[in-house]
Amino acid sequence: MTPPPAPAPESLTDTPVRASQADITAEIDALHRSFEQRELSGERLPSTVHDFPAYRSSVLRHPTKNLKLVDPETIELLSPAFGQRDVAAIESDLTIQHAGEPLGERMTVSGRVTDSWGRPVANQLIEVWQANSAGRYIHQRDQHPAPLDPNFTGAGRLITDDAGEYTFTTIKPGPYPWKNHVNAWRPAHIHFSVFGSSFTQRLVTQMYFPGDPLFALDPILNTIWRQKDRDSLIAVYDHELTSPEWTTGYRFDIVVDGPDATWFENDDERGEQS
Amino acid sequence: MSVPARTLRATPGQTVGPFFAYGVEYDRMNQVVHPFAPGAVLLGGTVYDGAGAPVPDAFLEIFAADSDGRMPRVRGAFRRDDHTFAGFGRAFTNDDGRYEFFVRNPGAGAGHPALFAAIVFARGLPDKLHTRIYLPDDPDSLASDPFLASLEGAEQATLIAERRPDGSLQHDIRLQGENETVFLAF
Repeated sequence: MTPPPAPAPESLTDTPVRASQADITAEIDALHRSFEQRELSGERLPSTVHDFPAYRSSVLRHPTKNLKLVDPETIELLSPAFGQRDVAAIESDLTIQHAGEPLGERMTVSGRVTDSWGRPVANQLIEVWQANSAGRYIHQRDQHPAPLDPNFTGAGRLITDDAGEYTFTTIKPGPYPWKNHVNAWRPAHIHFSVFGSSFTQRLVTQMYFPGDPLFALDPILNTIWRQKDRDSLIAVYDHELTSPEWTTGYRFDIVVDGPDATWFENDDERGEQS
Repeated sequence: MSVPARTLRATPGQTVGPFFAYGVEYDRMNQVVHPFAPGAVLLGGTVYDGAGAPVPDAFLEIFAADSDGRMPRVRGAFRRDDHTFAGFGRAFTNDDGRYEFFVRNPGAGAGHPALFAAIVFARGLPDKLHTRIYLPDDPDSLASDPFLASLEGAEQATLIAERRPDGSLQHDIRLQGENETVFLAF
């Protein structure tokens, strides 16, 4: 029996009449101004807004009602437990997962995961995934006609140490085109999935690189409407992390946030550790 | 004890994008318990968008107490050994927008109804969404829950799973529109 066809890739499901970059940039600016006004009038807005139509595929996928404020239940104040043994060492080096070396600019990314009080998030899982140096994802629905790299998958896993620190080695991803609007390009980025000390602190985000000219044009980065919040997703070049003749180094610290109740949970006994 | 002021600004979330599958998939990730373990129950449903179309590129995470109400505090969600209860699972929606987990019925806590904590991620969703999936089996416990009581009837219904005759749990997620699922802020 023939399996049913896979759903159309993003390129085919989005609106057939596509806006220009100038339209999208104007929409982004107008949205940012409206959020600034709403905040000035006393509204409390999240850092990332769900209702951001310049990101076209969000139009039918964002909730239209306000989130309901609720006291966390016990389970929501805990987090799944992880330990060093949950990942193999090879998983934190994306450049050694194949027979040969991937093409591109080798780099080290390192940082610290803390809560908003600065306490380390220890022994928790970080998952990363990214495009290759040509801007191509290994995912089968990525139809960007840039080459796949037989020596690069682009997925890694790491566990934070007792100080909340993590490090991984990879190659710098390229920017890639998508179909949100005509001539749409995503700034180069690495996806991060982070478990905090509490389920409420769960975070999925993207790390960017300093000085990317595509920042202001990108509706996804700009779903974060404050400049200082967008800036917090840009890694910092760190020459101390750069190793001679080997890799350039970038630092990306992550702060997971939860309700006040997470202040008290942090000192609880953790699950079995590594 | 009072909570001190926060000293660091939280890192904002971003969408998981379209190509998360190879980054976050792992072996038996939707098997919170082994499918043939005693007490294993199927928890499944469909994620819909605002036009009522299934969402084929979303994933759900759940985290819940064991059947006796004990909170999971041990490792094992990531490398399944088929007997340790770690309480966590992750499931991608398939081409029909459907997700499925193998779970045990979580037990109720003191004065609280039995529930799964749940998070939804999707392409086109700029940030995670927290929700809950309550078990339908104890109406008194649901009726006495202050949070559920604060919701209108139609809103409540979006958080309570349906028990099917075969014992499985059915629970759809509607990101937008009529009967939009109640999503949470903490």
